[in-house]
Amino acid sequence: MTDLTKNPIEDIRSHRHTDGKPNVRRYHQARWDEPIIFELSAEGERGVLVPEVDEEIKRTTKDVYKNLPASMMRESLPALPELSQNKVLRHYLRMSQQNLGADFQVDIGQGTCTMKYNPKVNEHLARSHKMSELHPLQDQDTVQGILEITHKFEQILKDISGMSRFSFQPRGGSAAIYANAAVIRKYHESRGDTDRDEIITTIFSHPSDAACAKLAGFKVITLYPNDDGYPDIEALKAAVSDRTAGLLITNPEDTGIFNPDIDEFVRIVHKAGGLCAYDQANANGLLGITRARDAGFDLCHFNLHKTFSTPHACGGPAVGAQGASKELECFLPGPLIDHDGERYFLNEDMPHSIGKVSAFYGSASIVMRAYAWVMNLGAEGLREVAEIAVLNNNYLMHEVLKIKGISAPYAEGKRRIEQVRYSWEELYRDTGIHSEQLGIRMADYGLHYWTSHHPFVVPEPATLEPTEAYSVEDLDEYVRTLKAVSEEAYTNPAMVRSAPHNCPIHKIKPEVLDDPERWSVTWRAYCRKLANQNE
Amino acid sequence: MSNPETKTVYPYIPNSTDQARKKMLSAVSAESVECFYADIPKYLRMQRPLDMPEPFLSEYELKQHVQKLLNKNRSTEECLSFLGGGCYQHHVPSICDEINQRSEFLTAYAGEPYDDHGRFQALFEYCSMMGELLEMDIVNVPVYDGHQAAATSIRMACRYTGKRKALVSATIHPDKLSMITEYCRSDVDIQVINVDTVTGGMCMESLKNALDDQTAVVYFDNPGYLGVVEDGEKICALAASFDAIPAVGVDPLSLGVLAPPSSYGARLVTGEIQALGIHMQFGGGNGGFIASHDETDLVMQYPSRLFGIAPTEVQGEYGFGDVAFERTSFDKRENGNEFVGTASALWGITAGVYLSLMGPQGMHDIANGIFQRNAYAKERLASIPGILIPHNNQSHFKEFVVNFDNTGKTVEEINRLLLKQDIFGGHDLSEKYPQFGQSALYCFTEIHSRDDIDTLCDALSEVI
Amino acid sequence: MNESSDGPLIGLIVNPIAGLGGKVGLKGSDGEHTQQRALALGGKGCGVERATLTLRQFSRHSRAFSIVTCQGDMGEHAVAKAGLVAQAVLPIGAAEGFSASDTVAAARWMFAMGVKLILFAGGDGTARNIMDAVGSDVLVLGIPAGVKVQSAVFAINPVSAAEIVRRFVSNDITGCTAAEVMDLDEEELRQQRVSARLYGYLNIPDDRSLTQSAKSRSKQSDRGAVCAIADEVKRTMNDETLYIIGPGMTTSALKERLEISGSLIGVDIVKGGKLICRDASEQDILATMDKYPGPSQLMVTCIGGQGFLLGRGNPQISSEVLTRIGCGRITVLATTNKLTSLRGRPLLVDTGSPWLDKLFNGYIPVITGFRERLVYRVASSLA
Repeated sequence: MTDLTKNPIEDIRSHRHTDGKPNVRRYHQARWDEPIIFELSAEGERGVLVPEVDEEIKRTTKDVYKNLPASMMRESLPALPELSQNKVLRHYLRMSQQNLGADFQVDIGQGTCTMKYNPKVNEHLARSHKMSELHPLQDQDTVQGILEITHKFEQILKDISGMSRFSFQPRGGSAAIYANAAVIRKYHESRGDTDRDEIITTIFSHPSDAACAKLAGFKVITLYPNDDGYPDIEALKAAVSDRTAGLLITNPEDTGIFNPDIDEFVRIVHKAGGLCAYDQANANGLLGITRARDAGFDLCHFNLHKTFSTPHACGGPAVGAQGASKELECFLPGPLIDHDGERYFLNEDMPHSIGKVSAFYGSASIVMRAYAWVMNLGAEGLREVAEIAVLNNNYLMHEVLKIKGISAPYAEGKRRIEQVRYSWEELYRDTGIHSEQLGIRMADYGLHYWTSHHPFVVPEPATLEPTEAYSVEDLDEYVRTLKAVSEEAYTNPAMVRSAPHNCPIHKIKPEVLDDPERWSVTWRAYCRKLANQNE
Repeated sequence: MSNPETKTVYPYIPNSTDQARKKMLSAVSAESVECFYADIPKYLRMQRPLDMPEPFLSEYELKQHVQKLLNKNRSTEECLSFLGGGCYQHHVPSICDEINQRSEFLTAYAGEPYDDHGRFQALFEYCSMMGELLEMDIVNVPVYDGHQAAATSIRMACRYTGKRKALVSATIHPDKLSMITEYCRSDVDIQVINVDTVTGGMCMESLKNALDDQTAVVYFDNPGYLGVVEDGEKICALAASFDAIPAVGVDPLSLGVLAPPSSYGARLVTGEIQALGIHMQFGGGNGGFIASHDETDLVMQYPSRLFGIAPTEVQGEYGFGDVAFERTSFDKRENGNEFVGTASALWGITAGVYLSLMGPQGMHDIANGIFQRNAYAKERLASIPGILIPHNNQSHFKEFVVNFDNTGKTVEEINRLLLKQDIFGGHDLSEKYPQFGQSALYCFTEIHSRDDIDTLCDALSEVI
Repeated sequence: MNESSDGPLIGLIVNPIAGLGGKVGLKGSDGEHTQQRALALGGKGCGVERATLTLRQFSRHSRAFSIVTCQGDMGEHAVAKAGLVAQAVLPIGAAEGFSASDTVAAARWMFAMGVKLILFAGGDGTARNIMDAVGSDVLVLGIPAGVKVQSAVFAINPVSAAEIVRRFVSNDITGCTAAEVMDLDEEELRQQRVSARLYGYLNIPDDRSLTQSAKSRSKQSDRGAVCAIADEVKRTMNDETLYIIGPGMTTSALKERLEISGSLIGVDIVKGGKLICRDASEQDILATMDKYPGPSQLMVTCIGGQGFLLGRGNPQISSEVLTRIGCGRITVLATTNKLTSLRGRPLLVDTGSPWLDKLFNGYIPVITGFRERLVYRVASSLA
């Protein structure tokens, strides 16, 4: 590849292709050197004015604070920055340019996150005041539209999963996992079976599976994968007992390898008296292919911001739609949405429910977007989503494995479902360059890259998930860039080591972030601790 | 799948063309996509197509379909709404929407502090501005909502003190109490302190009786669910005298006028950011914050992410990263404090935009205007025969209880009649708070003009 | 790297005869007699070569750090071969007759000079010598060059050692972690018997404290997890049981939590919250069990990079001790990081008794934290 630092390009055509083959992108992210907003403040400037209080109101009410305890009055105005409107706009637009949204690139590097296309028509619909300006406590006759949408979407999720009911209360995947753990707890309590205090999960599962189980008061038993990359069934047999409350498991796990014994796992746990919850974070390759309930699961959840195309929004708002079997639906967080033959209504009559897991009904407008997405695709389209997601992934794996230094651990030669956890162990041994360092170098080419959650069961991990949203040329571009970065690691490791070069900022010195004397979570803390220090 | 002649090419799926499918299948030497599903046992395979309605393949038809459903809703833009109770109608400045609709923010997720520098800075600035409003040095990246924030603050206090007992005021949102109870119960013993029916605030007598040296935390909202501004200083002092942590839920929009809870002794402050430039979205606009002073031992109890400013290799350049990342469940699995995941980051960015637009004067003006409108509404409503304002001697922010016992009508009936005049009456409290009889929670914000309040009063006079 | 470099000072110690015995099948290079035998057999140390490989990763123009090293094959040669210049050369390691005491002397000298890191090329024996000299007072990193590199103080290979040094001097690595130094008796190894014990710990730079990464910033030290394990285990302990607690960092945290002055690398016996016997030998354990005939419970952690649960690192816990305690009465403690570092290989037992080993085959719940177990595979090391 062309070393841009040494050979400035005079004719871009010569850079785009070498011998007819495309090169990596000549990319540089915006770099505005944008100050912190407090530094932009100018005394007295205003960004927006609020409606004046009517003179008549002022006359009538006189001293509105006469009943307020004196200590409840603020003594001086909050030290917020003062900016005119276009300064605020400009500042935030500049920050936005220093942020790599999925819309801008081939976002297949954030594996497990299912970064698919977020259709704009859904955004336009969500902006309608008929959605955005609804108060959750309105008379239900005035919100029949959103109730109907939610109800209809629930019917679709029911068929996708085989479950009996869905609650849209959880505002994220982790909240849904917590809700599943809470349902498991409530179920056993309802049967007077209070000695069950162990939840089984796997080491490849999302960290929230273990954290949420503990939060709900359970002990956590973790299973390790076998040579085929999925949890060892013998370990499960050794783990279950009359203390087993439930199993929280993903399939496929982040390795992308489908666990063919999944129904046997469920049977073993059921036999021991436990419940099984399916974390469907990795459902994108399975829509219309196989269902949670058919494998025997009692509970499941889908991340609408992953599989169902709603935007990730820098990390929410989101929905973790929680599904339950007939037997467990009474424990779901309410209200559920029912139809009485004439109208839709919020069914609050749920005496066995685990109660609220979030305010009101969760992120209703996210549900609306997901509904619009499935209604654009239909049954055939959803199946197409799954098939192309899987085809894209296997194509990507085929191409990625041609790159020097990378491998796909476990089950060699086997096909994968919708993503793969790769390992750069060989490259690390050869060059001393870690996977994280490759990731930062990928950012120099305008592409995301993610390693794995901890612990790194796969050494020097990288997780790629192409979804259905990218073309074969897109995938080729990502592979081309990854290959270029791998080559750099071998031939010019200093370039990789010193990355980033093309990002808004340079390499961070992270020590202050773990030092209570110096960490600064707010500007006021920074001014107190660091601003006057000369680093 | 359908036959190639009639096969749909999906605009969201580039490789749904036959050419692409064939090219890729041949590249990986697979006959069909079935090869990739070989590990799924036959009996687990779905043997029929999904059972769902016919799709709307064209964007036009899809839009028509969904918009038609949405049109069955009546929004607060079409009607005059006096609903509050945890979700509030405010003016959303255009810049807020302009920013949170940007693809750069809307479609980003979890990039590095390099390629996603903007997200880190925007959220750091949000936390910083909240910090000024709250006069606290630590503010987290938003959690799901104020309920979650409150529940977590109670768990944090218990972990910090090593005690199990938490006193929670019944003056908080009933759903919040429900959520706290379930969320905390494996490690926390929740005891509810009842409402003082005279003041609408927390019953101080009950609090005194319940406090002991086993108490980890006293949690209350100020203003409470019923809109009453409590004497927070008195409650916090009482809690502190038993070495319990005073934890306060607060409406950030009130803080241009009201004292930040830190000034009257709160050590953990939480709340809801929906009022800061985020549309209500049927409850989908909620987001929660947790704040505290920079006490290391308390900081280590945060389950959520804390973004900190960090130097880079270039002198004077600002970088950002996670402070004390080891705390979070991303990193430590089950040893982490609670869990962390996708929550409501975009609303945090939006609230930051809002605060920077409002500035100190704007935040004062809006809170002051809301106090005045509430005072005016109270006076006007109290003058209507049959209507009582039970906590009339209290100071109310945004909302207060209106009692209709003397009208002989239920709130439900009254609200139905108001709806006919395109008015959403106050939220019916009669079921959750039977001690208040036929009462409703009426909410007034800066968007209510004198005309709006007068319209409500006229309509009420007419229907009761 | 030249005299005017202003980076941190790094000490380099090369054991020139490291690896000497390996190539001629002698299982090590400890002891003068062995060394002579190896030389006679045509053996050749690889310390200089391996250290050179590491140093070659740095440019002579780099000012990232300065080197202080020993004379000749103990460092000077490797530095020169790599094209670098040492800031200072200690008068140790003259032409011939390398011995363990040279390593000890060099490490002490470097420590006194205030080096930030001692980089050494050698094997377990070298690590042991450095530990004797400086203990945990200075950071150490091994370039694997010996026959036995069982200790956890070594980088994967010379190239990755260079990368760790590079990140250490540029402050990308700021944390450190305690790594096991194993003491494998070569003489016994040559007699077809393995009798390793945990010798102690050296502090090494925590390689994974990497640059910031949003969703997966690297793991920190295992300290927190080790404390959580101690809390969890303490909760399950009662006054009736005799607890035989094996050596290691993880079990040591438990000993601390129990507030007994137990040993880091020895077996301690506890009952009713009190230390009954410190640093117990096999005979001590058996005698204590005779004295307290009630129930007993063994608490061990896996030791060394190979994942040995029994048979390495804790030879005191013999097959007789195990038989007396009973196979089902074993609590295993280990952090998740330690288990994942085994890359899926099973925990190993080598009790010296094949039928006893067989009893362990299967799965065992390992306590990995507060309210947390990981079910892990155990196998006989001979299988």
